[in-house]
Amino acid sequence: MAANRFNAFQNHGVGIGLRIPHYDHIFEHKPAVDWFEIISENYMVDGGRPLHVLDRIMEQYKVVQHGVSMYFGSAQPPDSEHLRKLKRLVQRTNTPWLSDHLCWGSIDGTYSHDLLPLPYTWEAVEKTAARIREVQDFVEIPVAVENVSSYAEFVDSEMTEWQFLNEVVERADCGILLDVNNIYVSSVNHDFAPMDYVNAIPAERVAQIHIAGHTRYEKYILDTHDHPVIEPVWDLYARAIERCGPTPTLLEWDDRIPEFEEVWAEARKAERYLQPAVSKAHEGQLIGAA
Amino acid sequence: MTAHMSLEQLQREMGASVMQPLTPDEQMQQQDTTGRWHGRPMESVAGEFIRPNNRLTAFERLEIYNRQYWFRLQTAFHEDFPGLRAVVGAERFETLMNAYLTAHPSRSFTLRNLGHKLWHWLSQNPDHAGRRLALALDVVRVEWACIEAFDNTGEAPLTIEEVAALGADSRLALQPHVQLLALSYPADDFVLDMHQKQKRESSEAGAKAETFDTEWKPLRLSKHATWMAVHRADMSLYYKRLSREEFQTLVAIQQGHAVSDALEFGFAGSRTSAANRVRLVQQWFTNWAELGWICKPVEELEIQKG
Repeated sequence: MAANRFNAFQNHGVGIGLRIPHYDHIFEHKPAVDWFEIISENYMVDGGRPLHVLDRIMEQYKVVQHGVSMYFGSAQPPDSEHLRKLKRLVQRTNTPWLSDHLCWGSIDGTYSHDLLPLPYTWEAVEKTAARIREVQDFVEIPVAVENVSSYAEFVDSEMTEWQFLNEVVERADCGILLDVNNIYVSSVNHDFAPMDYVNAIPAERVAQIHIAGHTRYEKYILDTHDHPVIEPVWDLYARAIERCGPTPTLLEWDDRIPEFEEVWAEARKAERYLQPAVSKAHEGQLIGAA
Repeated sequence: MTAHMSLEQLQREMGASVMQPLTPDEQMQQQDTTGRWHGRPMESVAGEFIRPNNRLTAFERLEIYNRQYWFRLQTAFHEDFPGLRAVVGAERFETLMNAYLTAHPSRSFTLRNLGHKLWHWLSQNPDHAGRRLALALDVVRVEWACIEAFDNTGEAPLTIEEVAALGADSRLALQPHVQLLALSYPADDFVLDMHQKQKRESSEAGAKAETFDTEWKPLRLSKHATWMAVHRADMSLYYKRLSREEFQTLVAIQQGHAVSDALEFGFAGSRTSAANRVRLVQQWFTNWAELGWICKPVEELEIQKG
């Protein structure tokens, strides 16, 4: 189930986000990381060091693109220049799938550079799904949408977040990048049971999983990606793997970034859950073959 | 009961709320300050589209996004313009930054372009620079040139042999990453110092520029006409001082003039003797070829690419 058409039937194992403070370590020590996720926008440039580094990384590692500003939920059409640059990068990286967020972030040509939440309405379902289809058709590779952390709910919402996600991905016929930390953060901020969310997603559409840390304040949690993954998030991850099978998994650590080895050790904790799922999947294949 | 908003209306309302400037102590404004909502309390504006919960009001939930928006843009602006901050001082810089970002919020999918209108805006709003306007403008030009030089495209350069074979009528182009600057102050060394200092502090503390505050004192830099290029070599940024003649020649080449015209323009008003001019021109072209600055004009490249 985990290698599916939404991740181009790839099973990438465990990866981490490619971040500048780790460049030297990676080039010097060539750590055995399964894959790196890159932030597309950091490499949607015309030349210079970013592309040079990317090319060097691609000589030795698999990379998958993850975007932060496609804003599938923005009510207005996407920026054509953005799309062209994104496709050029897709052709350069050969990323097997591409992900971005189920959110909005720009209006009338002004960008917030934030992942702003959507109202869970039928209008938003239709418009968001149409835009995902448009992008997916343009880039010509599978697209996966990521659930975001949120701090606000809307008066106009007509359904739960997971119902909204399911309706969107069904209509867009796209994959899901399931961020279990974001589910946890939003569950605390909006008082729902996070396991209900994980149990409700269509497992066959999950292309990839994100894990990360966050920061807890007195009245809410902020998705800061600057801490290790907490146990309740691992519990959600375990359940997601149980439902989806061994799925490409990526640890996000974007602020107060520690040494490479610390980040990589944190990411590899995912193998505790992935390895049994891999064995189980192989067993199933052997039984099927026999 | 509030009226239902379309998705676009809601995004316009929320976008305007999120991008509204913060109070001096970095909170969301209690009242609308933009005139969009006729000075109404923001609690009431927020309540029209955001639902409160048992811990946070609609205002407080919206405020999280309002603060995140400004902190994100401010962090990017700090990273891009540490030299400007050192020229005008931390306090004035904060005011300048917030005024600029209010006037020119990001219009690009990437924060890389956040400061692209800063020079023009500052020249139209000189009060924000205080008494050091000319220096501040020079520093902004150098800092923006660094951004352009860092990731602008690089074309295949002409080889030394190809450069040696050029004729007087040859038309050339400069590498798109080469940024030519004519300044009133020798701002290059100063900006280099500030950028290196920022890099050290970021790598040591993983934090932004607070330490500038305690050390800031008015900068003593005398006016001195300076010509320079910011360029990229081996994926690193470099500054190179130029003579006025060399600068003018490069500008003319960049504008598409033939080599002979570019040299005429370059030496206009120069007191360099004819013999020395020949020597200088040979030196320049050798140097530019070694640095990979010279390439074919875009039209020729496009014809070649078919």
